[in-house]
Amino acid sequence: MNEYILLLIGTVLVNNFVLVQFLGLCPFMGVSNKLEYAVGMSAATTFVLTVSSVATYVVHSLILAPLGLAFLKTITFILIIAFVVQFTEMVIRKTSPLLYRVLGIFLPLITTNCAVLGVSLLNISKQNNLIESFLYGFGAAVGFSLVLVLFSAMRERINLADVPVPFQGPAIGLIATGIISLAFMGFSGLVAV
Amino acid sequence: MITATITLLLIATVCGAILGFAAIRFKPDGDPLVDQIDAILPQTQCGQCGHPGCRPYAEGIADGEPINKCPPGGEATIQALADLLDVEPMPLDAEHGEEKGKQVAVIREQECIGCTKCIQAMVLVQSTIRTWYTDKPTSLIELIATDRNPLNNTKENAA
Amino acid sequence: MSAQPITIARSKVWNLPGGIHPAEHKAESNKTPIEAIPLPSTLWLPLSMHLGAPALPCVKVGDTVLKGELIAKAESGISANIHAPTSGRISAIENHAFAHESGFKQPALCLEVDGLEAWRVQNPWADWKNHQISDIVQRIRDGGVTGMGGAGFPTDIKYRNKHAPIHTLLINAAECEPYITADDRLIREKADEILQGAEICQHLLGADNILIGIEDNKPEAISAFETAAQQLGIKIVLAVVPTKYPSGGEKQLIQLTLGVEVPKKGLPSDVGVVCQNVGTLRQVYRSVVLDEPLISRITTVTGKAVSKPGNYEVLIGTSIETVLNHASAHLKKADRVIMGGPMMGFALPDITAPVIKTTNCLLAATKKELPAPIIDNPCIRCGLCEQACPVDLLPQQLLWSSKNRHLEYAELHSIQDCIECGACAYVCPSRIPLVHYFRYTKGELRQEEKDLQESERARKRFENRQARIEREKQEKEERRKARAEAAAKALAEKKSNTDGSSEAGKDDPIKAALERAAAKKQAKTTTVETQTPEELKELVEKAKAKFEKAQQKLKDAEANNPSIDAYLSKASVKLEEKYLTADKTYQAALNKQDKSSS
Repeated sequence: MNEYILLLIGTVLVNNFVLVQFLGLCPFMGVSNKLEYAVGMSAATTFVLTVSSVATYVVHSLILAPLGLAFLKTITFILIIAFVVQFTEMVIRKTSPLLYRVLGIFLPLITTNCAVLGVSLLNISKQNNLIESFLYGFGAAVGFSLVLVLFSAMRERINLADVPVPFQGPAIGLIATGIISLAFMGFSGLVAV
Repeated sequence: MITATITLLLIATVCGAILGFAAIRFKPDGDPLVDQIDAILPQTQCGQCGHPGCRPYAEGIADGEPINKCPPGGEATIQALADLLDVEPMPLDAEHGEEKGKQVAVIREQECIGCTKCIQAMVLVQSTIRTWYTDKPTSLIELIATDRNPLNNTKENAA
Repeated sequence: MSAQPITIARSKVWNLPGGIHPAEHKAESNKTPIEAIPLPSTLWLPLSMHLGAPALPCVKVGDTVLKGELIAKAESGISANIHAPTSGRISAIENHAFAHESGFKQPALCLEVDGLEAWRVQNPWADWKNHQISDIVQRIRDGGVTGMGGAGFPTDIKYRNKHAPIHTLLINAAECEPYITADDRLIREKADEILQGAEICQHLLGADNILIGIEDNKPEAISAFETAAQQLGIKIVLAVVPTKYPSGGEKQLIQLTLGVEVPKKGLPSDVGVVCQNVGTLRQVYRSVVLDEPLISRITTVTGKAVSKPGNYEVLIGTSIETVLNHASAHLKKADRVIMGGPMMGFALPDITAPVIKTTNCLLAATKKELPAPIIDNPCIRCGLCEQACPVDLLPQQLLWSSKNRHLEYAELHSIQDCIECGACAYVCPSRIPLVHYFRYTKGELRQEEKDLQESERARKRFENRQARIEREKQEKEERRKARAEAAAKALAEKKSNTDGSSEAGKDDPIKAALERAAAKKQAKTTTVETQTPEELKELVEKAKAKFEKAQQKLKDAEANNPSIDAYLSKASVKLEEKYLTADKTYQAALNKQDKSSS
């Protein structure tokens, strides 16, 4: 039980996927202008990450590894991730057309979110079992959502402020991300991961 | 080699089947986005945006048209649409008309013959003591980048 | 009037967040007793001196009115009566200067004062306790009593519609704004009337306590209350709050004296409190007990441009200029004349405007005293404004959203709860006019709300019209289709009839008749061939008889009735033919018989 909690803390804070491992920066910068839409995006990414983490683990351990097809894992994982993302897109389109419209291209771009593929591949390299895979994927998603929500709240205020013209938009966003990243460095060493 | 191909194909087929089923199950009905956009537009049905009414323009916006084509709505509508759709607010497109402030014409319904001269004769709505409010304060120093935003320049209240 | 001394309890005081301590400037005007202004020559009474619907005039131009007579009646709902402050003649009902920032003129009644001060008939109630509560509340409404602290809310409304039980009547004696001392002097001189008014209000509410919220910079007023309460035997509780601006706001005073916050978009009655200004309570006493309507009020006239600063009892409708002149104001020295205090008041665009029911102070300030606003600097995000806000809002965030016109964001940060006290603007090191921005944003929000309602109605009307046109088009189409079908059907029937089916002929009598005739003809020809000579002979006889009859008729017609001559001659010709044909057939048949027999 303890290891699972530590695994979660490690993934959410210590090795935060966005701020420490610098994966998944594209949706992070692109969607964080308004808080409600950022929450919608993080919910979608959480769903995709968790489900694909488990699904890829299952496919790898039940189909690819026994058949000696471990070299196919990259392409198979991408296939599965694309499938999950497409499914999520359909659900969002049905339940909230406004969110669908606002997220725009970033929703299918979750497929290319390196955090998602990264989680799947890291699960294999770390030799996680099923529960650990699930927690790893879930923890990565929670870490991503935490930072995305925090950052979009900050972004809302930055957008209203007197930013010099050369810095307006993603530029000031990246600078702010760098500073938060420095702050998150304070967590390093908290959990031996 | 063969097992690899077959495995991949199998996984792809299963994924595709589930997606196909989901596409039918999760088919969206109607378009509430258009309703939300339509609720923001001023409903003057004037046609200055190039569409025959406000609802067709709302449908156009949902398809990706620019949001700055509505003169009766003016800045307020552009800002509200920008907030809803999470896009940048743009200044009003001058080719569609100018924002003139709210106008009104008084019509005696029983005698109306539909000559539409009233539309040409409309006058600006006068603000009363109950609807009056202060203008946005001006800052002579345009030091702040937001002050240079054309959408935030001080405007007069209607009348 | 009990003999036992009542102990005046002091209640606990809670803390109010934020707030500022500007220089009080109370000493200029609170040293002298209240003085009455002499009768002016004209009074202008605006029809809307209160919150709610304007009153409707019930007098005409030229009418003579007595002092205290009703001259404008309250509309139903939230509205208030207006009475003549003195006797005179109504000389005009027209738009006149009004004390408002916008400078708009408002409809007002002009009263030419005759100087007689003739009162109308008064009906005092010494024994108000014996009257019904609803009657007392109506009497308050009849007296035109509105809130005299500055808002002008019709007082009687607070005593109707008691949807929640009220446990405390809170008397607002704080008067936190600098320069204003009207309430202070009123308490010192008329504490007994105020407390009697409070007693009436407590009775109307069924409240348990009378709680007086007063600042600690008014020790004389506090002792005046205590003395009056002892003398009248009214049980009061005093809550002496530390002097801070804005502790006199209704919701702020409730938070200070009772420790509860009035909920967002709620009223004090939601927490069981009704709050009244001391001036209002005194007026309640005067209206209910003495039957004197609201016709005058205490106004502080102060500022360095005024030689005789102090408090004056002013008749409602007196022009501000008159009041200032009486207080010996040097209007040339005065940079501007502010109605209200320096924090929440506004500069008067026109000082010929009349004093209304809510004019608590006239501040004629020199340029040195209240300098003109200097241009603001950019916001440095120091956060002092947030520390000063008494409602715990974030004025800095409200400023950014106001500058960018992000109305949703402003509403999210509770801009509607801002009481516009000005504490944030007071502390801002960049001198940003924050309240100005908030008023602009609130106005935009109100306008947007109104626009939304109107466009919603317009959309429904438009959709109904489209539906109606569509429906009419449909009906027209259906009718056209029905007609086309009927025509096609009729055509089809006609076609099938010419084929000889008798069922088709049922519907058409003409067709049927023709068919019968054709059938008969057919039958006749067949019958003739098969008939015997005897039968034929009978037929010949019959035809001959018919022919002779026709001839006879023709002869008669020639003699009597020439118009039917033509028809009869035609008929007789036809019958002759028939007779001849029949005869011929008979002869032929006879020949045949002879031939066959021979």
